[in-house]
Amino acid sequence: MDILIYGIINSFSLALMAIGFTLVYGISRLPNFAHGALYVITGFLVWSLIHLLKLNYVISILLALVIMGLIGAAIYRFILIRVRGMATSEIIATYALGLAILEFLRWGGFKGMTYTLPVFIEGSVNIVGIPVDFQRIIVIAVGIVVVSFMWIFTHFNKTGLALRGMAQDEHAAMMLGIDSDWMAVIAMAMGSILAGIAAITLLPLGNIVVEAGYNVLILSIAVCIVGGLGSWVGAILAAFMIGFLQIITVAYIQSHFHMVVALLAIIVTLILRPSGLFGRQKELEERV
Amino acid sequence: METTDKRKERLDRGIKVRTEGIYAISSWEEMSYLLLPRLVLIVGLLLLPLLMPSLYWNRVISIVGIYALLALGFDFLAHFVGLVSLGGAFFVGVGGYTAAILNKSLGLPPLLSIPIATIVGATVCTLLLLPALPLRGVYFAIVTLMYPLVFLRIIEALNILGGTDGILGVASFPSTWMEQYLILFIVIIALFGLRRLVNEDIGLVFRGVKDNDQAVRASGLSITLYKAIAVFITSALGCLGGAYFVHIYMVAGISLFALDYSVIPIAATVIGGGGTLVGPLLGCFILVPISELLRAFGTLRIVFYSVILLAFIMFRSEGIMVYAQRKYHQFERWVKV
Repeated sequence: MDILIYGIINSFSLALMAIGFTLVYGISRLPNFAHGALYVITGFLVWSLIHLLKLNYVISILLALVIMGLIGAAIYRFILIRVRGMATSEIIATYALGLAILEFLRWGGFKGMTYTLPVFIEGSVNIVGIPVDFQRIIVIAVGIVVVSFMWIFTHFNKTGLALRGMAQDEHAAMMLGIDSDWMAVIAMAMGSILAGIAAITLLPLGNIVVEAGYNVLILSIAVCIVGGLGSWVGAILAAFMIGFLQIITVAYIQSHFHMVVALLAIIVTLILRPSGLFGRQKELEERV
Repeated sequence: METTDKRKERLDRGIKVRTEGIYAISSWEEMSYLLLPRLVLIVGLLLLPLLMPSLYWNRVISIVGIYALLALGFDFLAHFVGLVSLGGAFFVGVGGYTAAILNKSLGLPPLLSIPIATIVGATVCTLLLLPALPLRGVYFAIVTLMYPLVFLRIIEALNILGGTDGILGVASFPSTWMEQYLILFIVIIALFGLRRLVNEDIGLVFRGVKDNDQAVRASGLSITLYKAIAVFITSALGCLGGAYFVHIYMVAGISLFALDYSVIPIAATVIGGGGTLVGPLLGCFILVPISELLRAFGTLRIVFYSVILLAFIMFRSEGIMVYAQRKYHQFERWVKV
């Protein structure tokens, strides 16, 4: 029973981490290797707003999310736009950016002392005899809200529909008057905000550490590959698969294999179904 | 208004025939024009250890050599085969640990353990990267990014291979002169060997894999096989570097998977000029000594390279060497349009 409950919680955490990455990749075909860095930045940003500027928790969260959106837009507008279309340069640029941010935070004194964010609501509740604290329930709630918001946004909103158009066929979308760069700016901003939301919901469960940036990057990449790069439904399903696999591994084998599960999932997927669970239409394009 | 109707005209020198790398030379002058840069490079490399002020800087020469191997491998893989490897540290780690195990448990001397570790390590790396090879796109970059991070976690968590302490007491080289000259010779051989390789038939296939993989497949050649050969070459260079590193510092620890080995080669390639193979070498000779000077700053060094890398890729993505070659091989003049 606790496998079921913690499996669901873990799956929603993974889905939250991965959805930003998959959004950016799906729309502008940019592998955002700075995703983990954006996640960690949000944590430190909220912490600094609370402790250095003495702001209210809720206000600092909202402020941090706005700043994250601006950062994401700025990253595309000032950096990625220059290397757009050159696959090698795109990969190297986002990778360098992510490393620069993470290692700067590591150097810049955000170490040693423990940095934590307060949980939203203290206390825990018993679900069929297993104590689950409120924060973990909030993770599930936020997960459901974010996923359904994304679904509604991309199906019933003009901007959302334009984003989907870009994802499906860039040239056709441009012919219909959709600005490719502007959409990519929006996608990048939303991706950063989603990374921020993930950070704000998940970080109160533990300390803010720089290492988390690399872990989040690895996990979200794993989820995206298993689900099919750029496919949102696939990403959510894959989050559940990897989430439960991880919890089962931790429960029955050893907790150290936590990370290995993600790697094995990627490799098995690449061998058996390189396009992932939901990438069928792209299969011909990807396998050479 | 005067300047707008002029443009810069670029003319190749007369000895160049049709394409890159083919020359018609008819005098000693022209021959020396071609030989000079190559001789300057080789003689410069060989004189370098003699010019160093202290033992510390002699050690830096060896480290530069190791990074040069990694950067050569990266440049070859990225600009001739089209695979971007973000995990140079993975090759270093596998090669280093293999050499350390060979040396400690089988008692092999460095001159035996390094070549064996190179071959064995390259085989292991190629096999582990094989699942990502039949695919186009970012998969290779993603998988190479993950491997060093995950291997680091596995070694830490399971406490295998000496855990966080590493394998201590690996044999060192008999003398520092041998240590430097061996790596410099290897670098020179790797540089000229790769230059030759990419102009052979197989190099043509590699470029075909990069530019138009369907055409390669239509010619009845297996893309996966050629990618695997290229990955083998690159990981052999990386593993060689790793094995060398272990024997220089006499320890194989988890620092072999450090990010430096992934970032510096990429930065060196971008700064030096991708696709030239000499450029990465030059980049290493610029970056690694700076990195030694900045040793006191800890992880800020990685920030430093990443920012340089970002700046170069945004504003000067051709790199130093491409620029220098253009200036050397072509006349430029302003002409009226």
